[in-house]
Amino acid sequence: MPTIRVQTEDFDAGAETARLRAGDPKVGAVASFVGVCRDVNEGDAVTTMTLEHYPGMTEKALAKIVDEAMARWRVVDVTVIHRVGELRPADQIVLVAVAGAHRGEAFAACEFIMDYLKTRAPFWKKEQTPQGARWVDARAGDDEAAARWGADEKNAA
Amino acid sequence: MVRILYFAKLREDLGKGGEEIELPAGVATVAALRAHLVARGGAWAAALAQGKSVRVAVNHDMAEPTTPIKPGDEVAFFPPVTGG
Repeated sequence: MPTIRVQTEDFDAGAETARLRAGDPKVGAVASFVGVCRDVNEGDAVTTMTLEHYPGMTEKALAKIVDEAMARWRVVDVTVIHRVGELRPADQIVLVAVAGAHRGEAFAACEFIMDYLKTRAPFWKKEQTPQGARWVDARAGDDEAAARWGADEKNAA
Repeated sequence: MVRILYFAKLREDLGKGGEEIELPAGVATVAALRAHLVARGGAWAAALAQGKSVRVAVNHDMAEPTTPIKPGDEVAFFPPVTGG
C-alpha cells in the first residue's frame, strides 16, 4: 500500500525508506529522491519559501500519479511525502521513495513520480527575497521532463 | 450552485479564495465558466483572460476547457503548479 502524506512537519528519509522495505525480502532495490529548498533562485537570494496546496485535491492527485507508476513498472511499494507551509533554505521539501525487486524499475518509477508531481500536483511556491515576495514560475523544462514519459498536457504553457 | 476556488497568485489577484455562484443559463463547460468570470471585467478579466496561464480542476481532477460542469461541482482555478 503506497504511503502519501502532505504535512508541515519535516521527515526522516532514512526512517521512511527503512519502513518502506521493512520485512519484505522481495525488495532488492530502493530508489529515493529528496527535494530541498535552495537559498538562491533566478539569481536572487531566497530567505523563506511558503508552499500552498489544494487540500482534498493534492492527496488525490498524488495517489493517481503513484497508481500510474505502479501500473507501468513492477514496483513493490511507494512513499511520497510533500511538505507545505513555511520552509527555509536547506529544509527538505519532498520525498519520493520506491521499493522494487530491481534497480531499473525503482529508478524509473521514482523519476516518473517526481516529473509528474512537478506538473500535475496542486502545489505553489512563493519565495521571499530581499526584493520582496514573488510566486515561483512554472518551468517549461518540467513539462519536457514529463513529456518523456508520454505526458501530453502542458503545465507551464 | 457551483463552488469556485482560487489558489496562489490567482487568489491574491482576485482578493478571495472562493465563492459560490448560480450557474447562468448556457454555462456548462470550464471554458464557458471562465468566460463568464472574465466578463466581470477588472481584476477578473486581467487574471483569467484568454492567453493567461490558468489551470482548472473540476471535482479535484485536472480539467480541459471542454470539461463539463454542472450544479454541485467544485471548480478550482489556479496558476501552473510549482511543487516538488
